Amino acid sequence: MKILVAVKRVIDYSVRVRLKPDRSGVVTDGVKLSINPFDEIALEEALRIRERGEASEVVVATVGPRDVQTQLRSALAMGADRAIHIESTDPVEPLSVAHVLHALVLEIEPGLVILGKQAIDDDLGQTGPMLAALWGRPQATFVSKLTLKDGVALAVREVDHGLETLALDLPLVVTTDLRLNTPRFIKMPDIMKARQKPIVTRPFASFGLDLPGLVLERLEGPPERKSGIRVESVAALVTQLRERGVV
Amino acid sequence: MEGVLVIAEAQAGDAPISEATLKTLAVAQKIGGAALDVLWVGSDLAPLLARAQALAKVRTFLTFDDPRLAHPTATLVAGLVAERARRYAHVLMPGTSYGRDVLPRLAGLLKTPMVSDVLEVMGARTFKRGIYAGNIHTVVTVPDGMPVLLTVRLASWQAVAPGAGGGIPVEPCPIPETLPETARFVALAVDPSDRPDLQSARRVVSGGRALGSRENFALLERLAERLHAAIGASRAAVDAGYAPNDLQVGQTGKIIAPELYLAFGISGAIQHLTGIRDARTIVAVNKDPEAPIFKVADIGLVGDLFEVIPELLAELDRQGAEP
Ligand SMILES: Cc1cc2nc3c(=O)[nH]c(=O)nc-3n(C[C@H](O)[C@H](O)[C@H](O)COP(=O)(O)OP(=O)(O)OC[C@H]3O[C@@H](n4cnc5c(N)ncnc54)[C@H](O)[C@@H]3O)c2cc1C
Repeated sequence: MKILVAVKRVIDYSVRVRLKPDRSGVVTDGVKLSINPFDEIALEEALRIRERGEASEVVVATVGPRDVQTQLRSALAMGADRAIHIESTDPVEPLSVAHVLHALVLEIEPGLVILGKQAIDDDLGQTGPMLAALWGRPQATFVSKLTLKDGVALAVREVDHGLETLALDLPLVVTTDLRLNTPRFIKMPDIMKARQKPIVTRPFASFGLDLPGLVLERLEGPPERKSGIRVESVAALVTQLRERGVV
Repeated sequence: MEGVLVIAEAQAGDAPISEATLKTLAVAQKIGGAALDVLWVGSDLAPLLARAQALAKVRTFLTFDDPRLAHPTATLVAGLVAERARRYAHVLMPGTSYGRDVLPRLAGLLKTPMVSDVLEVMGARTFKRGIYAGNIHTVVTVPDGMPVLLTVRLASWQAVAPGAGGGIPVEPCPIPETLPETARFVALAVDPSDRPDLQSARRVVSGGRALGSRENFALLERLAERLHAAIGASRAAVDAGYAPNDLQVGQTGKIIAPELYLAFGISGAIQHLTGIRDARTIVAVNKDPEAPIFKVADIGLVGDLFEVIPELLAELDRQGAEP
């Protein structure tokens, strides 16, 4: 069985993202870029499944500009067997990414596709379910535990009221939650080894997708909260709360 | 394609109508449109629909009512409702774990883009939403000629009040004899708690890594009890097993808007702050005077939470705070 893992490059989670002064976008110059944390978890899960002997190959795919190969090399260093880079200089919306992934799925025929539950830049959380729909296969989103047995996946999902367990027939699409696993650190020799691993590049245009997308009207900073006060004692805290009518 | 369709939150028939559904109806009313229909998926819906008759401004209730839909999966629901949904100009779902599972799958089936977590309606096709953990807002327009699919950021909206309503016709939708079974519900584990629901509570008492253990986390229980508050937690506290996953507040947990949020031993990472941006009054107790949470707190107290909480309980009584 093969596993396809979709990854997206985003501004690192530790960066405080700022708007450009002309509000045409966010500041990316000199800003640290990383694989979306949820996608790293997706890759880690795929690697563990392969290491348990339940999968033969882990393929990573991404849609992004030329220099996204840095992040693909990290994915290969983590342990992916090969990478597919769909090159696009413009940002691509989830529906188009899902179409691209669907095309790859038809070629690769994986038993499992794993993606992050959301990307921490646009926070949309759409690509996984959209892919599952296009592919006509079941989905398990927000997964914090995954086991495979006899062509069936048992997925524990983090839902609003607790933990839901689903049984799903393979092939399927899984999206990861934070508690699924903790991704491994990359070691030096792995980086060397990753240089030998193949990255295939294909232009986004070759997929012939020309889907109408959402129109971005403008970007804004969110309303700032007014700065608050400090109190010196618990008594003063309660007095403040009483004055504000919240207790 | 005309009218607005709200796909209601999946829920048990004997519970009050989900606040998530009522908030999604508020967004539907803001959008306006030719007509508003509500679609319910579940089992034994009759008692629920009877209570829902109080809703105002609804044209029709559409139902998929079947014992096999008691625990509907997104895989099943999206396929089931797609034909119906196709007839509407707008399809709305709450930004719950259910809506965020079902609606993007439906969007995939309809091959149409979708707008996630709408926090403001600027026009019938133009919406505001947050990106980068809510640190930046974007305004996006869905071009003409395609349906508008959106989920609602619940913390940004007030539930519609039940009106006079009444006489809303119920139209059962045909359900195929064999339903796809590629995704099967197995179990739902709910942490038993009689605390108010985190998402809708007026007050929330929240704890972070500093609590140090599951036993210590129970300290918050007493305070929550005194204040009739829900309990929340940072990711660090959930990861460490001090609190169940459904209590996580933040970018990847729940986004909440209580009147009062009390944060104990939470540093204030951006991913956490995303979840409380709309709280009316934020109180932070942290022993580090430089903790970033103080930048957003309305009232900050530098101190050790293990001393502050017992003192706070006593002081609330002494000053006669309302329970
Ligand atoms: C992709 C991604 C998504 C994330 N999503 C979320 C999310 O949804 N929600 C979330 O919360 N986090 C999220 N995080 C994690 C976030 O970045 C922080 O790591 C986390 O919020 C820290 O939790 P904390 O404040 O409890 O712990 P810490 O940052 O360790 O803070 C503990 C605080 O307790 C204080 N303290 C210690 N002892 C005491 C004491 N005795 N009395 C008083 N104060 C004390 C310390 O001064 C410190 O400020 C996410 C991270 C990533 C990468």
